Amino acid sequence: MDKIRVVIAKPGLDGHDRGAKVIARALRDAGMEVIYTGLRQTPEQIVAAALQEDADVIGLSILSGAHNHICPRVMELLQEKGLGDVLVVVGGIIPDVDIPKLRAIGIEGVFLPGTPMQAIVDFITGHVRPRAETV
Amino acid sequence: MKSTTAETPKQRWAREVLEPALKTAPERDIPFTTISGRPVERLYTQDDLGGFDYARDLNHPGEYPYTRGIHPTGYRGRLWTMRQFAGFGTPEETNARYKQLLAAGGTGLSVAFDLPTLMGRDPDHDLSLGEVGKCGVSIASLADMERLFDGISLGDITTSMTINSPASMIFAMYLVVAEKQGADWTRMSGTIQNDILKEFIAQKEYIYPPRPSMRLITDVFGFCAKEVPRWNTISVSGYHIREAGATALQELAFTLRDGIEYVQYGIDAGLDVDDFVPRISFFFNAHSDFFEEIAKYRAARKIWAEVMRDRFGAKDERSLKLRFHTQTAGVSLTAQQPYNNVVRTALQALGAVLGGTQSLHTNSLDEALALPTAEAATLALRTQQIIAHESGVTNVVDPLGGSYFVERLTLDMEQGAKDYFATIDRMGGMVEAVEQGYPQREIAESSYRFQQAVEAKDKTIVGVNDYVVDEETTISTLYIDETTAERQIGRLRELRQRRDSGRVRRTLDDLRRTAEGTGNTMDALLDCVRAYATVGEMCDALRDVWGEYEEVPSI
Repeated sequence: MDKIRVVIAKPGLDGHDRGAKVIARALRDAGMEVIYTGLRQTPEQIVAAALQEDADVIGLSILSGAHNHICPRVMELLQEKGLGDVLVVVGGIIPDVDIPKLRAIGIEGVFLPGTPMQAIVDFITGHVRPRAETV
Repeated sequence: MKSTTAETPKQRWAREVLEPALKTAPERDIPFTTISGRPVERLYTQDDLGGFDYARDLNHPGEYPYTRGIHPTGYRGRLWTMRQFAGFGTPEETNARYKQLLAAGGTGLSVAFDLPTLMGRDPDHDLSLGEVGKCGVSIASLADMERLFDGISLGDITTSMTINSPASMIFAMYLVVAEKQGADWTRMSGTIQNDILKEFIAQKEYIYPPRPSMRLITDVFGFCAKEVPRWNTISVSGYHIREAGATALQELAFTLRDGIEYVQYGIDAGLDVDDFVPRISFFFNAHSDFFEEIAKYRAARKIWAEVMRDRFGAKDERSLKLRFHTQTAGVSLTAQQPYNNVVRTALQALGAVLGGTQSLHTNSLDEALALPTAEAATLALRTQQIIAHESGVTNVVDPLGGSYFVERLTLDMEQGAKDYFATIDRMGGMVEAVEQGYPQREIAESSYRFQQAVEAKDKTIVGVNDYVVDEETTISTLYIDETTAERQIGRLRELRQRRDSGRVRRTLDDLRRTAEGTGNTMDALLDCVRAYATVGEMCDALRDVWGEYEEVPSI
């Protein structure tokens, strides 16, 4: 099987990238192809990166509380670009009341502080969908 | 062949007492290391302090090299400042929290700004979407600053402001509010963080490239030496470096090396070392590994004194004395079983006090979940008050001085930091090291190693990878909704209608010209602020001249 391709992105104005970088390395060490976009990416840039990199998965790291604005926009753009089958997961500080809202717009994994790296690897491996163009 | 060196007392003990004991009662099968991964021995004795010299390595409190503290009386004269970092939502909401903290016995204010303010963007900018008032208070103009300190006399309190890239702009606003209150700038005190190097290294809230960013800082040094001589012009910060995953040693080494860089740039800008170094302060993390942290603070004082005297020829005693603020480690707090965080914070705070901190912020138990509720913030302050008034640790200066373990660790920290200095000096300095991504890589490496140690259970985190419960405790948290953004954007639009737009334009043009030349940017910024120019407008004017910095992403 081809390597799972993951875009790890850090949207919003926040620069705390410890979590994003640790997860990126953990996924890479687990055999995935990881593309880290760097800081302060707009939803448009993130979706463009996913398209260009032929990503199976997008991982968003958000700690600032901006998830209610950023996540719906990313999901909308993915639909527009025909990337609706890309698995989207979010990690960071997400208040409990917001988790159902994120699930409702199609974000399958929401990982809170203290989640083991292995749990995220397992989740992605278990939920990633085979790419349409892979025959 | 028979050894000619006599057995040391510790070796004799190991042979006669330890080894038989290990045969019947072996030690636990875990790596005995600090939280930073530093191996530690089971016992320290005077054998571990070969060559240790009391006068050179320690000396008395208030005497060079200040290892035991900068005050001869420790906390018997004055306790540390209990300074709780706070800010959220609108300026009015934060103003109410400040008044509550002061009424509860807090002795200084500490402002947390939201991300748009920290990044030099107005609330109505596209990039501010969803971020206004979330991680701190939203301050767009002098009008917001006036609301933030309404009813609080800036001549009578000290305020610390955690602001970096737009530090000069926010400081100018604070000074103008004080001016309007009738306060005398020459008697005012407080701190602006104003530490851009650790932003490039760790927290990543930078706007301009490193060199113009350094100029903003040396302009503040020069301005304050003349106009606001009691203000702490910079708080050289290890806190964020540690939170990003650095070890205790890396925190110590990178922070002090940053401090050296600022001193060098100040001197290169034509300032006399003793005119600005006394106003440089520091900010360290208080993490969970008790003795390692205490050794870190003690080593920091000793190294700074030596470097200022020997490398820069500082003569004024105040230039040699390292003063620091401490915050307990946010990163150590867990979303799981949040009440455990009260205990973690208390132990960390105790370490900071035993290390001789000048001021302290204790984190709230809900740190891993949200900004603190009023109740959680009060409990955090009470934690400090219990240490100060009930534990007895404030009665004696540097009570751990002479502990074989603490002294050995202090010496090791000092040597380790100097090794890092040598590496960074070889690169040409900290600005060059940052441009090459060196400290960034070192920290990323350490944070990944720590996470692996946690997953392998080499390091236990109570409630996270051991002693886990199925039914999680839920606590109520502070939730910032979108009304803050709407309100702040509305006000900003009103302000733009109301103010003298010609005056705003002229002062911003003058700021651009100053930035292109060599004048002091603080003077130009004060004029912009008096005209009610916004943080975004002032930062944009400098973006026009200096451009923006972009980090090359790497993992």
